[in-house]
Amino acid sequence: MSNSPALQGSDGTPRNNRPEHQRIAFKRELTGVIPHLRAFARGLCGRPDLADDLVQETLLKAWAAQERFEPGTSMRAWTFVILRNAYLTDMRRNRFRGEYDESVAERTLTAPAGQEAPLHLSDMHRALLTLPPERREALLLVGAGGFSYEEAAEICQCAVGTIKSRVGRARAALTRMIENGEMPRGANGSEDPAHASIMRDLEHVSRGGSLK
Amino acid sequence: MRTAPTTAGKRTKPEWAQGLRHLYDSVVNEPLPDSFADLISKLDESGK
Repeated sequence: MSNSPALQGSDGTPRNNRPEHQRIAFKRELTGVIPHLRAFARGLCGRPDLADDLVQETLLKAWAAQERFEPGTSMRAWTFVILRNAYLTDMRRNRFRGEYDESVAERTLTAPAGQEAPLHLSDMHRALLTLPPERREALLLVGAGGFSYEEAAEICQCAVGTIKSRVGRARAALTRMIENGEMPRGANGSEDPAHASIMRDLEHVSRGGSLK
Repeated sequence: MRTAPTTAGKRTKPEWAQGLRHLYDSVVNEPLPDSFADLISKLDESGK
């Protein structure tokens, strides 16, 4: 994308040459999207503390790159691109290896197959984390974040048809898991699909693979 | 072993679709940790 953000000035500090009133307006908008950035990051990486680190990193990068932001366009979409790129970079550095949130796992109900059970948010989150990352982020953007397919495609830098396909597959997988009672097991389970999935992603990315 | 009623077929939003939105909104509605206010206030200093 043409508005992909620069990272830092040559001295390593966030660069900012905009007039003060523009900086104030930018900061106001940036502050306004923090809750959404936290929600997106939480959905992507699973651990609240690491997700918030990712958001802080995103805010610094967005501030440094603010000259590339076009006023009047979506701050949320723009910053999601930055967050997504930061997440992929961190994954390549193995930052999230073995960092699954056990506190979420402990709260997870593991319903036996076919048994009716309330769908807890932690179940939902674990199920989400078992999805391949490109489907997970597509579903997060469209199904949770309320972005259009077109906006999601722009954020993920891929074709609209690709996003539609990813969302469709993600929805089908979640429906199958939930309807069949195949929710991921909690921390005491011998096999943790969410963790295993993240590990597979990491192996793939650390070998130079792409999540696009 | 399927338990979900699908009277309206595949076009109907599954019950978890609302949960996904709820998951996202639950984070959006959390109070912001102080660390974010600290960071935002520091942006002024670093931006000059």
